[in-house]
Amino acid sequence: MKLYDSIELAGRNLRESVLRNSLTTLGISVGVASLVAMLSLGIGLQQLASRRLQRSGLFDSIVVTSRRDLRGFNREQEESGPAPAESPDLNEAARLKIANVEGVVEVYPDLRFITEVRFDGKPHLTMVAGLPFSSKDGDSFEGMQGRFFSSEDAHEVILQKSFAAELLGKSSRGPDEINVAEVAKPLMGKQLVMRYAERESSGGQDAAFYSVISHETPLTIIGVTDLDPDSMRGSARARLFIPQKLIEGMRPMQAYDMRASNGVTSDQPIYSNVVARVSGAGKVDAVEQAIKKLGFNTFSILDATKSMRRFFAILDLFLGIFGSLALTVASIGIINTLVMAILERRREIGIMKAVGASDADVRGLFFAEAGAMGLLGGICGTALGWLIGRVINFGTNIYLKRQGFPPEHIWSVPVWLVAGALGFSFVVSLVSGLYPASRAARLDPVQALRYE
Amino acid sequence: MGSATIRAVDGVSLTVEAGEFIALLGASGSGKSSLLNLLAGLDSPSAGSVIVENQSLSGLSREELAKYRRYTVGMVFQSFNLIPSMTVVENVELPLRFAEVERTKRGALATSALEKVGLSGRLKHRPIELSGGEQQRVAMARALINQPRILLADEPTGNLDSRTGTEVMELIRRLNESLKMTVVLVTHERDLAEKYANRLIFLADGKVVADQPNPARATAGAKP
Repeated sequence: MKLYDSIELAGRNLRESVLRNSLTTLGISVGVASLVAMLSLGIGLQQLASRRLQRSGLFDSIVVTSRRDLRGFNREQEESGPAPAESPDLNEAARLKIANVEGVVEVYPDLRFITEVRFDGKPHLTMVAGLPFSSKDGDSFEGMQGRFFSSEDAHEVILQKSFAAELLGKSSRGPDEINVAEVAKPLMGKQLVMRYAERESSGGQDAAFYSVISHETPLTIIGVTDLDPDSMRGSARARLFIPQKLIEGMRPMQAYDMRASNGVTSDQPIYSNVVARVSGAGKVDAVEQAIKKLGFNTFSILDATKSMRRFFAILDLFLGIFGSLALTVASIGIINTLVMAILERRREIGIMKAVGASDADVRGLFFAEAGAMGLLGGICGTALGWLIGRVINFGTNIYLKRQGFPPEHIWSVPVWLVAGALGFSFVVSLVSGLYPASRAARLDPVQALRYE
Repeated sequence: MGSATIRAVDGVSLTVEAGEFIALLGASGSGKSSLLNLLAGLDSPSAGSVIVENQSLSGLSREELAKYRRYTVGMVFQSFNLIPSMTVVENVELPLRFAEVERTKRGALATSALEKVGLSGRLKHRPIELSGGEQQRVAMARALINQPRILLADEPTGNLDSRTGTEVMELIRRLNESLKMTVVLVTHERDLAEKYANRLIFLADGKVVADQPNPARATAGAKP
């Protein structure tokens, strides 16, 4: 029998027992919906996390630390290579070496310090960090109010919006509640005074002696960022940014200087960490390996996403397994329905065999019925799963709004998931139809014809 | 039920010539329907063989037996055995589906077969909407749609009144005479067998007890 004849006869048979077959199809739909809902939640959460990381603009950056610094980002690395005490210092020479690694565009020390800023006569404590001129094109400044630094050492400052809100005396609300345009408007072009402690060499060769001189410098507010360009730093992240060249010229006292003063033998500054910017995210891995060979520890966002991807792969697997459980139950429903159909249509099968149906024809007919239920259940289930996703997303966003957060897309149903769910449902149905179909095909026609 | 073996057909040996019209007669349980099932390739003998057109049915695979039932034999049953969910024309078309005849040709072939049995006006009816005689004629059209060379009729008039039964038997006789189709008729009605068959085979307890030419047909010059 030709395929379209099998499909046509299967359709007719399904319509004959419309209630039972509809219930079986509904079972498959619920199974597929649960699978789609679970996986789309996993995919949505993964995309949400990736989006957050990408917006940090640090995908092409590698943070390099000295192995002498036991606070290194990645402690596993300390077990290989030279012992911490024998590892090279992260100084200007090291910076040059790293800059020469293929694929590295620029290397700048990560200079940051906590200081007092006076604005409108009031003191404010914050972390200050240098920002290289190259970061101008990064995603971190998307939605920024004002402009980027006019030159590499301009006495200008860019504020993170939460600090801008603090300067204006606005109560500390969640960062997503602050309207960047609203807080930037009154601050733009105004001056603030930043205090800092300069580490000044005593002049001799022995760098163990140095002076700390307090300075004040006026800075013009030229921009307020909506995003957090320094989000990767966690609790050490800055909320006030000045040009990298300016901060290097200031030679601000670093927390690291206190410890380094015990061992340094020159006047050269030693950095807690430097940031190597790579020409593309694809090269980050190779550059990291090259820098590790120089004797330093490295950390990049790609490292973090690697473990994140692993986490989401496991999460998706488990969500998929839970989702598939419902489909397994549904597949038992298909077996039950088809076995019942064989009992009911025993005589019909006998008639078909008597007028020339082969085992393959009968098997094909039951397969077509199983496949049709699977496909129909898959289509309805995918639609149902999508709908559940929309409803939960809607509900979640209402909750987020009440908690003071902006709406998020925690749900994603990509095309491959739709195609996969339909295919999976179809295959599961065919597998479920294996036993009933072969049982129907093996039916003895004489016995079947006698059946009333 | 159980594992006891019942010899439904035992030691039967007979030869049917092409174009012959034979009647298998016997009481209920005599083995005539079992013998018909063996001839139809629906059942297989535990010993011995059924040879049709120089081919032993025991040597055929299940697929080949299906083809044999599809093209070589046509079957008509006492209880008509039409599929109730299908219309008249769909029931007649069913063997054509298994024969993989093009969809476009099937309708015309089925309609033509139904015209031959005088049912051209009932194409879209369901079997339940037809009388017993009409249902049996639909079953005849279905049995003949693939132009088989052998017609196996198992008590075809058993569920019909005498007038309708005669109509159906006349139809079978015409097929036998005009198309030279071999007919094997299973019946317990001796009168019917004597009226239409050329040869009468009597069965009892699975054995052939008599195999004789039909004297009524011989004297009538093979014309009832």
